[in-house]
Amino acid sequence: MTGPDWLTLSIILPLFGAVAAFILPRAAAGLGLTTVAATTLCVLMMADQVAALGAVTVPLGGWGAPLGIELRADGLSVAMLALTGMVGLLVSVSAIDAFAGDRTARQRQYFWPLWLLLLSGLNGVYLGTDLFNLYVMIEIIALAAVGLTVLGGTREALRAGLDYVYASILGALLFLLGVGLIYLQLGRLDFAGVIAAPPSAAMTAALAVMFVGLALKTALFPLHVWLPAAHANAAAPASALLSGLVVKGALYIVLRLAGYMPALTEDILTLIGLMGAGAVIWGGIQALRAERLKLLVAWSTVAQIGLIFVALARAGERGLSDSWKAAALLILAHGIAKAAMFLAAGRIKDEIGHDRIRDLDRSPIRPTLAQVTFALAAISLIGLPPSLGFIGKWQLMEGAMMAGYWHWVAITMIGTLFSVAYFSRVLAGFLRFDRVRGGPLAEHHGWSGADAAPLILASAAVLLGLAAGPIIAFIDLGAGGAMP
Amino acid sequence: MTESATLLILILLTSLGAAPVIFALPESAARLRTAINLTMATIKVALVGWLALEVGQGARHGLSFAILPGLEFRLQADPLAILFIALSAVLWLITTIYSVGYLERGPHRARFFGFFSLCVGATVGVALAGNLFTFLVFYELLTLATYPLVIHRGTAEALRAGRIYLIYTLAGGLVLLLGTLGLWVLAGTTDFVAGGIMADVAAAQPLAAQALFVVLILALGVKAALVPLHRWLPIAMVAPAPVSALLHAVAVVKAGAFGIIRVVFEVFGIETVRELGLTMPLAALAAVTILYGSVRAMTQDDIKKRLAYSTVSQVSYITLGVALAGPVAAVGALAHLIHQGLMKITMFMAAGNLAEALGVKRVSQMDGVGRALPGTMLAFSLAALAMIGLPPLAGFVSKWYLAQGGLAVGQDWVIPLLLGSSLLNALYFLPMLHRAWFRDAPEAEAPRPRIGWMLAAPPLVTAALVLAAGLMANAPFSPLEWTRFIVELEYRE
Repeated sequence: MTGPDWLTLSIILPLFGAVAAFILPRAAAGLGLTTVAATTLCVLMMADQVAALGAVTVPLGGWGAPLGIELRADGLSVAMLALTGMVGLLVSVSAIDAFAGDRTARQRQYFWPLWLLLLSGLNGVYLGTDLFNLYVMIEIIALAAVGLTVLGGTREALRAGLDYVYASILGALLFLLGVGLIYLQLGRLDFAGVIAAPPSAAMTAALAVMFVGLALKTALFPLHVWLPAAHANAAAPASALLSGLVVKGALYIVLRLAGYMPALTEDILTLIGLMGAGAVIWGGIQALRAERLKLLVAWSTVAQIGLIFVALARAGERGLSDSWKAAALLILAHGIAKAAMFLAAGRIKDEIGHDRIRDLDRSPIRPTLAQVTFALAAISLIGLPPSLGFIGKWQLMEGAMMAGYWHWVAITMIGTLFSVAYFSRVLAGFLRFDRVRGGPLAEHHGWSGADAAPLILASAAVLLGLAAGPIIAFIDLGAGGAMP
Repeated sequence: MTESATLLILILLTSLGAAPVIFALPESAARLRTAINLTMATIKVALVGWLALEVGQGARHGLSFAILPGLEFRLQADPLAILFIALSAVLWLITTIYSVGYLERGPHRARFFGFFSLCVGATVGVALAGNLFTFLVFYELLTLATYPLVIHRGTAEALRAGRIYLIYTLAGGLVLLLGTLGLWVLAGTTDFVAGGIMADVAAAQPLAAQALFVVLILALGVKAALVPLHRWLPIAMVAPAPVSALLHAVAVVKAGAFGIIRVVFEVFGIETVRELGLTMPLAALAAVTILYGSVRAMTQDDIKKRLAYSTVSQVSYITLGVALAGPVAAVGALAHLIHQGLMKITMFMAAGNLAEALGVKRVSQMDGVGRALPGTMLAFSLAALAMIGLPPLAGFVSKWYLAQGGLAVGQDWVIPLLLGSSLLNALYFLPMLHRAWFRDAPEAEAPRPRIGWMLAAPPLVTAALVLAAGLMANAPFSPLEWTRFIVELEYRE
């Protein structure tokens, strides 16, 4: 291995940044932005290496698996790191604006250390090759994420944060239990060891326990109850990070482990798919009923996570060789679009002063750019062409049709209809003007520099669909050894 | 063979590239916005003219890149595409002038013209799409770009209409996605190829092929307003007049009809459709729509609603001609794509003028309007007579070819159908003309209304085109001649 060790750097840098930002609160924003930018740069360099070599492995402290800890970067991990870097960078830019001013001084003080800690944890998950290591990282993520949830300090945020803590601890404990069981079985915890393990009832039980823990963390129906309140009541940049990035951590582990599960039978896949289908439908119904904009967006996350599990479940006879790519595309698409949407919702709330959906069209103030951003993000989340979400959905349905699973095709279409219905509740209001009382309509009112970052994210979500070919080819890099 | 992509990209950019600029301009920069709009529309007409010349000489223009392994985003300028873009480019220039006049001092013009440009771009994309996948991309973009135009007035009624429009068209789009995926899974490609790509599949799995055909026609039938999927169209009439003109004459319904043409000729291939036994059901569906639309039009008092039902009826001539599965009928169908566009846009712009200048929105208020707005009503009358099918106007030419085509393939029932439809057309259009020209206006006439040239001229221009398309049907580059060129290509395979 030549040149600097980008893998280790991308975990260590944000960790040091978090400490520095905590010690120097006055410089926190500057430190934070620099750290995130530098980390993203590391990811880009790593992408370059992976593109050239296929996969990069780094033994930490010179000890390789199974004794020591290894970091490994392949196409999928770099794609997740790049998602985190890109979304993180743009959310950071808008956080500078969102937490400006005296009223939010306390939030600003804690936001940056927490977010950098989160970044370190996420990057650790995406590069880890060892189950215990992953456990440590998801605990770090949970710690930071709960902090971000309660950052706003409102009563609702605190209550939602408490539920989130319970869910997180329970999820982590279940995961740890599974890790323990596997260690008892195999005496090692690295991925390579788990792959090589012969299938047994004990292994299946261990993996099942871990799956339940992860499902709790990623809010898969019916274990989603903590998510809507937590995501809806956080400050906008925090919501964007929570919905766009945090749930992806656990989702990524599921995706990785799915490839290793020795006894992933048709029945288990169908069960996972059914949970996903439940999420698509229940999330859709709740989003239709939500009275506040951010709550609607949060419920749409529940539905979208469900769709990602449906994508996994449609594997069929051909195994996961193809369906994990559809799931990965949907994860990337959702990460980008949902972050953009939460930021846009936050901007709308800031400009208008509330986020009650019924009354959004009564305001003479129309934050046009934020509305455009919301609409673009909705296009990708609904899955209209040419967005990245569309390509993900296309792959999902294509595979389901090939395997003859018409029920998964139907679920996808139902989910699409739901998302059209609940997003158009909001979008139609943007264009309605006859309920405005008092004051002339200032259509171009409410533009600001803070709209730029979410708009870039939303545009990327729509346009990246055209680059889906290279993205899929990249995700596939180095997967040969690890994916079945 | 090398393909040149520059011209296609430029044609797309004249509208898709203009939209963000127009959105970003402040509301008050009306002159600059108008200048951009008109410049871009004029450039587009010139570029399309150039492209048509080159394609007429056999040059190939195309562009493609892979989205997924094997699945391409593909644009290609074949003669059929030229037919549709030429129609949209010319009518868009005219409608842009009309819209500038119509929306003078109205609110939200930046938004209106931005989405207007996106619509043109989407329509051009629909025309140029070289495979069903690319078609789907632009077809959905068209839905999204027209929605804000439908609800432009921002009232509760407009919103309701918009919701119905969105439900119908997005559901249609979803079914089209299903059909496109089905085609991809069954045939392994979605390319538009003269003669079709489904022959082998149809031989091996006739049932699946039939199901796929039904799914695709249902999906496209929403926009093409085939009964019983037509309900959104009359309701969408709350939109401002230029939008109605555009929805009905060019963009939305034509995108559906154009899609049906592509699916029948270039996805399945007319021979395959016939072997699957699906031409007659499609023709029957078209026939029912033709009669149903005309009958419903007779009872509408609202002028725009009457025109809308008339559109439901007239657009199905295109489907009918395609389904008759003979070259002569196909010429009629394709020529009607152009002719109906010219006629209907004239009538909608005239209807808009009546509402703007006189406040006349209902047929029962039309007494004596011919004297108040002679130019506008002249254009309206010409288009109405053409719709009825009076020689030598454009509508006559397409009906003549449809009738000939029906006889040529032994479907004699087409003659009474066309005669009956013409009779119904006469029954709902002639009373309008009678009121306009031969009845006196009610008392207490306001001072003679004035409308600017931007409102007065466009319908006269399109009416002149209606006349020209009929009189000079055999001139080179007339819609009919171009259509013959296309049909030769399609039936040579």
